[in-house]
Amino acid sequence: MTVKTPIYLDYSATTPVDARVAEKMIPYLTEHFGNPASRSHSFGWVAEKAVENAREEVANLVNADPREIIWTSGATESNNLAIKGAAHFYSGKGKHIITVQTEHKAVIDPVRELERLGFEATFLQPEPNGLLDIEKFKAAIRPDTVLASVMLVNNEIGVIQDIEAIGNICREHGIIFHVDSAQATGKVTIDLEKLPVDLMSFSAHKTYGPKGIGALYVRRKPRVRLEAQMHGGGHERGLRSGTLATHQIVGMGEAFRIAREEMELENARIRRLRDRLLSGLQDIEEVYVNGDLKQRVPHNLNISFNFVEGESLIMAVKDIAVSSGSACTSASLEPSYVLRALGRSDELAHSSIRFSIGRFTTEDDIDYTVALMKSKIGKLRELSPLWEMHLEGIDLSKVEWAAH
Amino acid sequence: MNSTNIYFDHNATTALDAGVLETMLPFMTQQHGNPTSRHSFGRHARSAIERAREQVANAVNAHPSQVIFTSGGTEANNLTITGIAGSYGVSQIVTSAIEHPCVSRPALAMKHRGWKLAALNVDDCGIVKAVELDALLKADTSIVSVMLANNETGALQPVTELAEIARRHGTTLHTDAVQALGKIKVDFAELNVHAMTLSSHKINGPQGAGALILDKRIDIQPMIHGGGQERGLRSGTENVAAIVGFGAACELMQSRLSQHNSYIRPLRERLERGLNKLDAVIFGAVAVRLPNTSFFAFNEIDGETLVMALDRKGFAVASGSACSSDSSEPSSVLLAMGVEPDLAKGAIRVSLGMQNSQEQIDTFLAVLEQEITRLRQLTAIAV
Repeated sequence: MTVKTPIYLDYSATTPVDARVAEKMIPYLTEHFGNPASRSHSFGWVAEKAVENAREEVANLVNADPREIIWTSGATESNNLAIKGAAHFYSGKGKHIITVQTEHKAVIDPVRELERLGFEATFLQPEPNGLLDIEKFKAAIRPDTVLASVMLVNNEIGVIQDIEAIGNICREHGIIFHVDSAQATGKVTIDLEKLPVDLMSFSAHKTYGPKGIGALYVRRKPRVRLEAQMHGGGHERGLRSGTLATHQIVGMGEAFRIAREEMELENARIRRLRDRLLSGLQDIEEVYVNGDLKQRVPHNLNISFNFVEGESLIMAVKDIAVSSGSACTSASLEPSYVLRALGRSDELAHSSIRFSIGRFTTEDDIDYTVALMKSKIGKLRELSPLWEMHLEGIDLSKVEWAAH
Repeated sequence: MNSTNIYFDHNATTALDAGVLETMLPFMTQQHGNPTSRHSFGRHARSAIERAREQVANAVNAHPSQVIFTSGGTEANNLTITGIAGSYGVSQIVTSAIEHPCVSRPALAMKHRGWKLAALNVDDCGIVKAVELDALLKADTSIVSVMLANNETGALQPVTELAEIARRHGTTLHTDAVQALGKIKVDFAELNVHAMTLSSHKINGPQGAGALILDKRIDIQPMIHGGGQERGLRSGTENVAAIVGFGAACELMQSRLSQHNSYIRPLRERLERGLNKLDAVIFGAVAVRLPNTSFFAFNEIDGETLVMALDRKGFAVASGSACSSDSSEPSSVLLAMGVEPDLAKGAIRVSLGMQNSQEQIDTFLAVLEQEITRLRQLTAIAV
């Protein structure tokens, strides 16, 4: 089997720029370098036209009006703009925010920041399968709730929330509804004409586009208002000032066009690959899939390997590029807060691996990975005293560990 | 692209250098890792960013640990004003009457939140009156922000003098050096400021990257929260390719700064000799200015109209800054300098770059003369 190691299985952390996207970007890096805000010459007009074409492509993927798409530097910024911008604008109506414990830090931290400034927040715990219980969401609503934020697809476990149901409840109560869709584009259908969503964040680099560019959908009907966070030349209708990086925008437009055209076929192929990976890994004893398997994007497989120490596990599988916990928090050695919110023990949370496959993953890659995992897990368990105890039938939860 | 199009708008943005593009491309395609990922793809991206950080720091005589990457100059300026004033607490913010909107508008936003705002005036050459700062700083001030070089007139501002006054009062001084970098020597240590903004796309680097150079002893609140990148000061997956490009552009800029200036200055002088023959009013002419910038007007000729006419003849220039080129208001910089609104409305900015030549200047002057004559005739008929 021919594989090139390390095999990249970390598509949820970031994706390579599709060659077609890079090709489309290059003219705007070289020839057509004008500032799109320059109204006085054709260098500017050419750049502006490219920006508006790309805006249409982004809008097309999600069935929105191009005027509802604002360019930002990425989904983190979009999340910050949506959450802080809406909370501040509507703070006269109330100061309570609802979100979920399993959101990306780019949602949780802005909400925490708002708490510091006098807002109150409820962080709902999902069910053990990662999905939000709608009744629990309803129960959290207060008369002063102004904003709710629930991601469409979770970055660590890939589960898909019932955004339509949550959105309908928000509508009933006049709550502004924000959805982080950074992990969703190109993986699930998003129809903003049907979905009762007010604000939606997008990232290019999770969908084979360049890093450094994202977008925020801001609904026009009914109109949603935001307090701008980045002030200056008044770009993007005053909602986000700063010279637009034409080449990046063109890249995002092209990436989203390809996503729209190829999503169905690509998902089918990826699902087959993921299922092959899953059935291979399920040959191993004591493995646990994290997150609902049905309400989940086909790209993601997050698995805990019991009785294996997490750090050693990641070191042992250097031939594959994966992550334990999300990329944005891999620097800390804390167990993934997402997995802990699902009720996973610290040990299982620590010894989890997120496999996220994508456009360029092959069957050979999957087979190599399965073989590698079987071999390494086997070796690590041989060295593990906990595994030995498990084989002897000892219930580890009943053991009283002596302190040293 | 029309091959006769001559680009005289380098202060708006610059062409990406081909060598810089080469350094970026791998990071868009094969070497695509997320720098926070711990595997080899991630580590490779991480070291590329740290190399770029060193390049940026070297270019301005700062330390790499003082470099915070952002998505551009606008964001760095917003972070400075909002983050430093916000961290300090309700207080006075001092800017100048000629700052770019990405400094003045965040300052205005802070005013709406309860901070006080004061502005230093400029003289008729477009230079900030440093003498005014001492009195202003009698009030409790969180930050003073004055640009190093004005984007419209090119006038250099007395930043070191202002820094000295600010330090005496224990106040933080920030300078927007976006237009200065690549045109004059920019030395963070020598300028003696606490904070400085830089932008990649003004120095033949890619759009989408900028930096705040910050003395680490200054308290600052982040504006963008999330995964904790840039030591928590600017969350969000780093734009590796753009940062790599920014670093490469800084290195390139450093290596050819003196060559750039010895080439450009005579060109601008040639231009202005020609403009003088046409009776142009050159704003800030007697000030020390960036060597590439010329901001001028002709009596009774509308700036917008002339700019459009020049574009039809193949010359890309600007009326005021790009960021405000769709408003028909006269330049607020010129108004602050005491220029009559009618004359200010005629303003045109030419900002030169290395690809420009003597022939282009001469052709421009000839076309300019034609267009002015034509427009004056039209006005005569209309009246």
